Amino acid sequence: MNDRLLFKPGHTACAGCGQAIAARIVIETAGPNTIIANNTGCLEVFTTRYPESAWNVPWIHSLFENAPAVASGIEAALIYMGKKEGVNIIAQAGDGGTADIGLQALSGMWERGQDILSICYDNEAYENTGIQRSGATPYGTNTTTTPVGAKSTGNLRSKKNIPEIAVAHGIPYVATASVAFIQDLQRKVKKAISIKGSKYIQIHVPCPLGWRHQANETLLVAKLAVETGLYPLIEYENGNFLSCRKITPKPVEEYLKIQGRFKHLLNNPQELKKIQDIADNNIKKYALKMESQ
Amino acid sequence: MKEFLEGSRAVAEIIKLCKPGVISAYPITPQTHIVEELAQMVANGELSSQFINVESEHSAASVVLGASATGVRTFTATSSQGLFYMGEVIFNIAGVRLPLVMTCANRAISAPINIWNDQQDSISLRDAGWIQLYAENVQESADFHLIGYRVSEDKSIMLPVMICMDGFILTHGIESVDMPKQAQVDKFLPAYKALYKLDPSEPLTMGILADPDYYMEARYAIHATFKDVLELLPKVSQEFSDIFGRDYKDLLVEEYFTKDAEKVIVAMGSVCGTIKEVVDELRAKGKKVGLLRIISYRPFPYARIYEALKNVSKVAILDKSVSLGAYAPLASEIKSVFSNKKKLPKVISSFVAGLGGRDITLESIREIFRKLNAKELVQEFIDLKPELLKEQYE
Amino acid sequence: MFGPLIVKPEKSKGDKTGSWRIKVRPKYLQKNCIACKMCLLVCPENCIIGKEKNAFSTDYNFCKGCGLCAVVCPKADIEMVEEESLEDKKGMAK
Repeated sequence: MNDRLLFKPGHTACAGCGQAIAARIVIETAGPNTIIANNTGCLEVFTTRYPESAWNVPWIHSLFENAPAVASGIEAALIYMGKKEGVNIIAQAGDGGTADIGLQALSGMWERGQDILSICYDNEAYENTGIQRSGATPYGTNTTTTPVGAKSTGNLRSKKNIPEIAVAHGIPYVATASVAFIQDLQRKVKKAISIKGSKYIQIHVPCPLGWRHQANETLLVAKLAVETGLYPLIEYENGNFLSCRKITPKPVEEYLKIQGRFKHLLNNPQELKKIQDIADNNIKKYALKMESQ
Repeated sequence: MKEFLEGSRAVAEIIKLCKPGVISAYPITPQTHIVEELAQMVANGELSSQFINVESEHSAASVVLGASATGVRTFTATSSQGLFYMGEVIFNIAGVRLPLVMTCANRAISAPINIWNDQQDSISLRDAGWIQLYAENVQESADFHLIGYRVSEDKSIMLPVMICMDGFILTHGIESVDMPKQAQVDKFLPAYKALYKLDPSEPLTMGILADPDYYMEARYAIHATFKDVLELLPKVSQEFSDIFGRDYKDLLVEEYFTKDAEKVIVAMGSVCGTIKEVVDELRAKGKKVGLLRIISYRPFPYARIYEALKNVSKVAILDKSVSLGAYAPLASEIKSVFSNKKKLPKVISSFVAGLGGRDITLESIREIFRKLNAKELVQEFIDLKPELLKEQYE
Repeated sequence: MFGPLIVKPEKSKGDKTGSWRIKVRPKYLQKNCIACKMCLLVCPENCIIGKEKNAFSTDYNFCKGCGLCAVVCPKADIEMVEEESLEDKKGMAK
């Protein structure tokens, strides 16, 4: 903890917001010598409504999709002034701002290899505008633009794999994290900022409003996403698979049944099987399963 | 010392003398020569700027936004589709109140795709909160960038400036230019010291959400600042003249034989050179004609234009852009200058010319003067090809 | 003239989001606390203070009553209690 609160109370996130927890952990871990460029989204709206600001570090919001480019300008300016040393730059966004509308600017920044940590707070939909589907929305999710109906069982597409897209850019550090595993998140942020170059951390942050679970279940939901294999916690360094969080896999129903967004799938064995397959593929692909002792 | 320089080269030389900390750009014709020259200067070690190549104009504008917010002088240049792709960033830079200078190498807008000059691009962004100055020639193109920084960074202004120079005609045209010396530039434009910046030693929150309780005042404040720009431009012009010896008068408009004129064309940019030639020719024949050149399109100098045109009986407005389905942009604004005024021209006719690089010749200008008769023309397109208009899609 | 809209964070007092609580609020029993700081770490509001054992508390001016601190506490030393049944109301947001 820093003596000065870097993320102040009095912001207007929903009760139990996973993103608010993660955002605070990120900035507290990065410390006061950090400048943040923030895309438009929940985080921006609930932390900076004039004349209030939750941020006790230099912070700028420009648009929905340009935080990586704004951050690039910040880095260039600091280098020009000879003030880059010891200053962390974070470009942060939600999953829509990362996987969809902001992917181009993010790719450009990664390709330039700028010394910036990009963070994606992944709550798997456009929660701020009312829970519409994004490229990071998982298969089968009931959102307001992939509603369930007589001819629909929710989102038709699988979640876009941004971490692997990041790795393909050849950036030195890529990780996924979860708000359920805070020490792991802290470690990853610490590690990322210790590495020079572009880094990417994608943090799974449940949204009680959009996912339709109780406010006090945020950590439980996030934990089950990891423990079912649906949200693997993985780490790449210099393009090499470094580590993953080992799990004793639980059936996906345990994760799905406590969220309203998946309720429609519970009596649909065919659809459940497809989601179990996604988890099983992850478990196999990343060797998530804990070896029996 | 005067030298022959391509317009883009002259602009790049001036930018170099302004010592921007960060330059970012994405290539688009006809802006490319400017940023290529700057990239070469950085590569040669003549210029210590950070030069950031980006994946789009959207990011180019965002990079300079971020750099300006961090407290350094910045530069970018674009054109046409590039300016449109920057569009939301353009509004954003002004809204966050960040000073910077950008060149718009004026070019037509697609579709049909066309790389040649008109002014549809910058005109379409007129409401973005940027100061817009239109250059007539290469010398002005260079000088206005220097003036742009001086105005943009003024503590009472803090708004971005777009220097509009006609694509190809000015960006690729070679003219004799008087390039200033570094010491003169340093005197006119001191090192940039930001009024507010992203700095860990003094955290600030920028780009904040304003709800209905605050939004209007934030927008009004920009609008009101433009009135200050109208007052500042003549002062900066005087300072410029004192140091560099070139007098742009009030920097709002240029009056060319308007005092006793019966017929005046109002226009912006390089076409004014052509108009001046025709004015000289007709004056030699005893015709009382003149030109009112708009330099500052934003802020729009209503009062100054009124003074210049109130005693003129026939006014032609030449637009190199259109507002499809309405009066051409400059024409509608000139017309609005005279609403509720006692003195006003008998005729205010609108002419659209030069779209997509169609040459505006001496004869085109003569035709406008000829057509400027007792009867007001609502809107006329000059040099249209009637035979093409008869063709039909089958 | 108004603007630019730039906020100095030290001047921001924050919204009194404690008024959002409708049902329950956390009660710090301060009996079995081991100062693991998990409550503090998971609080989305960052409104929990405390360093020593059995000395953690929340600022009810900001606490939205999400209950994550009570869920995460390994010693069950935080209880969610009904707003009305609270005998001591002096900590309530004014």
